Amino acid sequence: MLSPALIREFKAQVGEDAVFTAAADLMTYSYDAAPLEPVTPALVVRPAGSDALSRAVRLCNQNGLPLTVRGAGTNLSGGTVPPAGGVVIVTNGLNRILEINAEDMYAVVEPGVVTAKFAAASQAQGLFYPPDPGSQAVSTLGGNVAENAGGLRGLKYGVTRDYVMGLEFFDVNGEPIKTGSRTVKCATGYNLAGLLVGSEGTLGVFDRITLKLIPLPAAQRAMVAVFDQADRASETVSAIIAAHIVPATLEFMDNFTIRAVEDYSRVGLPVDAAALLLIEVDGHPAQVKEDAERVEALCRQHGAASIRVARDAAERTKVWEARRSALSALAKLRPTLVLEDATVPRSKIPAMVQAVNDIGRQYRLSIGTFGHAGDGNLHPTILTDKRDKAEWERVEQAIAAIFDRALALGGTLSGEHGTGIAKACFLEKETGPATILYSRRIKKALDPNNILNPGKIIAAAP
Amino acid sequence: MADIRKLRRLMRQLEEQLVVCMRCGMCQAVCPVFAQTGREADVARGKLVLLDGLMQEMLDDPEGVRDRLQRCLLCGSCAANCPSGVNVLEIFLKARAILAGYLGLPPLKRAVFRRLLAHPETLDRVVEFGAVFQKLFARPVNEIVGTSCARFGSPLLADRHFRTLAAVPLHRRRPALNTPAGAAGLRVGFFVGCLIDKLFPNVAEAALRVLEHHGVGVFLPEGQGCCGIPAISSGDTQTFNDLVRRNLEKFDSAGFDLLVTCCATCTSTIKKIWPSLCDDDLAARARSLAARTMDISQFLVKRVKVGGPAAAAANGRVITFHDSCHLKKSLGVYAEPRDLIRANPVYTLKEMAACDDCCGMGGSFNFEHYGLSARIGRLKRDSIAATGCAVVATGCPACMLQISDMLSRAGDRIAVRHPVEIYAESFSAEGRKG
Ligand SMILES: Cc1cc2nc3c(=O)[nH]c(=O)nc-3n(C[C@H](O)[C@H](O)[C@H](O)COP(=O)(O)OP(=O)(O)OC[C@H]3O[C@@H](n4cnc5c(N)ncnc54)[C@H](O)[C@@H]3O)c2cc1C
Ligand code: SF4
Ligand code: SF4
Repeated sequence: MLSPALIREFKAQVGEDAVFTAAADLMTYSYDAAPLEPVTPALVVRPAGSDALSRAVRLCNQNGLPLTVRGAGTNLSGGTVPPAGGVVIVTNGLNRILEINAEDMYAVVEPGVVTAKFAAASQAQGLFYPPDPGSQAVSTLGGNVAENAGGLRGLKYGVTRDYVMGLEFFDVNGEPIKTGSRTVKCATGYNLAGLLVGSEGTLGVFDRITLKLIPLPAAQRAMVAVFDQADRASETVSAIIAAHIVPATLEFMDNFTIRAVEDYSRVGLPVDAAALLLIEVDGHPAQVKEDAERVEALCRQHGAASIRVARDAAERTKVWEARRSALSALAKLRPTLVLEDATVPRSKIPAMVQAVNDIGRQYRLSIGTFGHAGDGNLHPTILTDKRDKAEWERVEQAIAAIFDRALALGGTLSGEHGTGIAKACFLEKETGPATILYSRRIKKALDPNNILNPGKIIAAAP
Repeated sequence: MADIRKLRRLMRQLEEQLVVCMRCGMCQAVCPVFAQTGREADVARGKLVLLDGLMQEMLDDPEGVRDRLQRCLLCGSCAANCPSGVNVLEIFLKARAILAGYLGLPPLKRAVFRRLLAHPETLDRVVEFGAVFQKLFARPVNEIVGTSCARFGSPLLADRHFRTLAAVPLHRRRPALNTPAGAAGLRVGFFVGCLIDKLFPNVAEAALRVLEHHGVGVFLPEGQGCCGIPAISSGDTQTFNDLVRRNLEKFDSAGFDLLVTCCATCTSTIKKIWPSLCDDDLAARARSLAARTMDISQFLVKRVKVGGPAAAAANGRVITFHDSCHLKKSLGVYAEPRDLIRANPVYTLKEMAACDDCCGMGGSFNFEHYGLSARIGRLKRDSIAATGCAVVATGCPACMLQISDMLSRAGDRIAVRHPVEIYAESFSAEGRKG
C-alpha cells in the first residue's frame, strides 16, 4: 500500500484521471500473455504525454518504487508482470504518430502507437514498415522495440532492431536521453539505441522512437508446398537459401498444426502431410516471377509431394490466413498454451523439429510446431492445462529440455519473445556467467536503486 | 448481503469457460470501449481476469467487479475476434446474473424489470400514456431523421436526440394475425420485439407487407413480451425467465416453419441466449425454437429467394448499411440485408468505412454511460456521413435509435431505415404503378 500522500503526489504530477488505485483496476495490470502467476501492482499510472511520463518515472525513483512499463501487455515472457508493491506505467495514452516523412523515409512515433496502425499509416503514404509480429493488431511500438519483436518477414527484412534509427528515452531520473537520428547514417556517441532495443524496460523508458521505412515491394507471390517427410521440408529451406533466394516469408507447419488448422478453419490443407512450407517472394515483378519459378523447382527437386501457387490476391490471402490461424487453432485444443520460441541456425531445423517431437513423446505432451523456418525461429507450442499440477511439471521439464537442445545445436533461448521472467534463470546457460555479471554492472550503473523492471532478463543480483 | 463463499461457489460454475482465455490481449484490437479509454478493465481480457480473481479469492470487491462488468456493450466484437474461442458474452451474462443475485438489483432497475418489463400489458399501458404526453416534453429537431429533444432539462434524456414513441404501436395496428401459407408455401411466426412495437411499428408493417406480397403465411400472437435482453443483461434472471416462458407459450402451439424477427437483438437473444441461460425446465423448448429462428432479411433471401441479381442503379439514391453487432458478429448475417437493399433499384449501396464497427448503443450501456456511448456513436456517424448517403439502413432497431441520435446531433439530414423497409418500398411502388 502506498501512503495517501504519495498517491496525491502522483495525481498532482501525472494527472488526477491518470492514476488508478482501486483494487479491481490494479488487478487488470497484473499479467501479460505469458502463463505465469499474476502479481498485482500497488499503483497504476497512465500518463497522457511526455512530461507526465517523465515525472512518473522520477517519482518512482525518488520513492524507491519498482516501475514496470506496459504497452499492450502481450509479451510472452512475463516482461510486464510487476514485482509486488510496484508501479505499472501504461503507455497507451502516448499514441500519436508524430511524423511520417515520405521524402526521407522515416517516422517518429510515441511508444504507445499500435504496430498495425502505424504500418497502415505508412502504407497509406506508399511506405513499408516490415516488422509484423503476430500480435501487431494490438502490440505497441514501444513494446516491439523493448522486446526486439520479429514476425513473419524476418528472413528478408529483419526484425524491429533493424528499423530503429533513433530513440528518445527517460533515464531512471526522468531525464531525457537522445540517441541516433533521422539520418540514414549517424556516428555520434555510443550506440545507446543498440543497448536499449530488447532491454524490456530495465534500462530506460522510451518516449519517442524514430523508425526507418522502406519502399513497398511492387509484387508478391505466395505458394504452399506439401511434404510427406518433415526432413524434406527442412532440406528445401536450406536449398532455397543456398540458391541465394531470399523469400520475404518462409514458414513451416508440422502435421499436428496442419490438422489443428484444418479442423478449425477448413481451408483445405492436406491433413496427412508431414509438413508444409508457406512461401512468399516479393519485389520487382520480373524478379518475383523468376524467384517463384526457381523456388517451385527447388521444392520439387527436394521431394515436395505437391505445390500450390496462389494465382490471385484472394488465394494469397487464403495461404496467409492458414498460417495466421495456426495459433488460434492450437489454442482451442486445451486451456493453456505455452508458446516457445527457441531458435537455431537454419541448417539445424530438421534436428530441432526432431528433438521437439522426441521431447513431446518423452514427457507425454501435445506439442504443435510451426514457425519461421527461414530464420530458424520455431514455435513449439505446448498444449496443456495449467491446473493439472502433474502435467504442468512435465511441461516445465519439457521447456528446459527444449532450451538445452536449442543451445546444443548452437541456437538461442528466444528468437523474438524476449527473456522476461520466464527465461531469466536459463540465460546464464546461453551466455555464461561473465556476460550476466557484465550486464548486471551496466544495470547497476544506470539504475542504482534497481527500480526499472527489476527481475527481468538478468534476474535479481545476488 | 449473502455469504461471499456462496458467491465464490457460484463463480466456480464459470471456471471451465474462464480458463479458455489465454490472456493474449487480441481483444484489445476490436473493443469499442477500450478504444475510447485504453483501460484494461474495459476490455474482455481485463474483465475475465477480474472474474477469475473473484473466483480464486484474489479479489474481494464484488461491487467493483460488477461496475466494471457493466461497462461493456455486449457487442461480442471480442468474442468474434478471439483466437481461443472464449464465449465472452455467455460468461459476462452469467457473471452479471451471479453478481446481481449476490449484490441485489439496483432499486430502479428492479422496479422497471419486475413491474413493467415482466408484464407486457402494464408496459403497453404506460408506454401509450407516454406516447400521448410526449409532446409536452419533446420538441422535434430533425424531420429527416425523425428525432426530438427534451423541451426542458431532463436527467433521463440528457441532450439526446431521440426517436419518439409511435402514436399507434404495432399491437394496436395489428393485434394478431393468423394467415395460412400462400404462394411461398411457408408460414412464419412473427416475433415483434419492444422497440419495433413501440418505436418502429412501420418496420413491422413493412415486413408484414413483404411477407404477404410473397405469399408467406404469418402467425402473430397477441400479448407477446420483450425478448428479455434488458433484464438478463442486468442479471435479472427472474424477469428473463418469466419472459422466455411467456413467449414460448405464445408460440409453442402454433404450426409455423420458422420464427422471424426484424430485430437483430431479439433474434440473437432468442437463438443464443434463451437456450443457454434459461431455466432448465424451459431449455428443451427454447433450444427447439432457437433452431427455427431467423432474421427477417436472412429468411427473405435464403428461404423466399428474394433479391437475386438486381439491376442496381448506378446513380440512384445513395444508401449505406451498418452491420449491427447482433446480426453480423453474433449470427453471421451480413450479405442478406445487403441483397435486400440491392433488390430496390432506386438505391445505390455505398459501403461506409468500418461498416461493422459497433455503434455504441449496447442497450442499458447507453443509459449508464451516455458520454462514452456517444463518443463511440460519433465515430459511426462520421463513417456514415463520409459516404454522402441520403439513407442509412441497419437491421436492428436499437442501432437505429443510436444512429438517429448521433446523426441528428450532428445536424445531418440522413434517414435511418431498416432493410426490409427499403425492400418493401420497391414493390409498393411497383404495386402503385400497376
Ligand atoms: C498472439 C500473439 C502473437 C505474438 N506474435 C509475436 C511474433 O510473431 N513476434 C514477436 O516478436 N512477438 C510476438 N508476440 C509477443 C509480443 O506481442 C511482442 O513481444 C510485442 O512486442 C509486445 O508488445 P506490447 O506492446 O504488448 O508490450 P508489453 O508486453 O506491454 O511489454 C513488453 C516489454 O516491453 C517493455 N516496454 C513496453 N513499453 C516500453 C517503453 N515505452 N519503454 C521501455 N520499455 C517498454 C515492457 O516493460 C516489457 O518488458 C506475440 C504475442 C501474442 C499474444
Ligand atoms: S482475445 Fe480471447 S483469449 Fe485473448 S485475451 Fe481476449 S478473451 Fe482472452
Ligand atoms: S462485448 Fe464489446 S464492449 Fe464488451 S468487452 Fe467485448 S468488445 Fe468490449
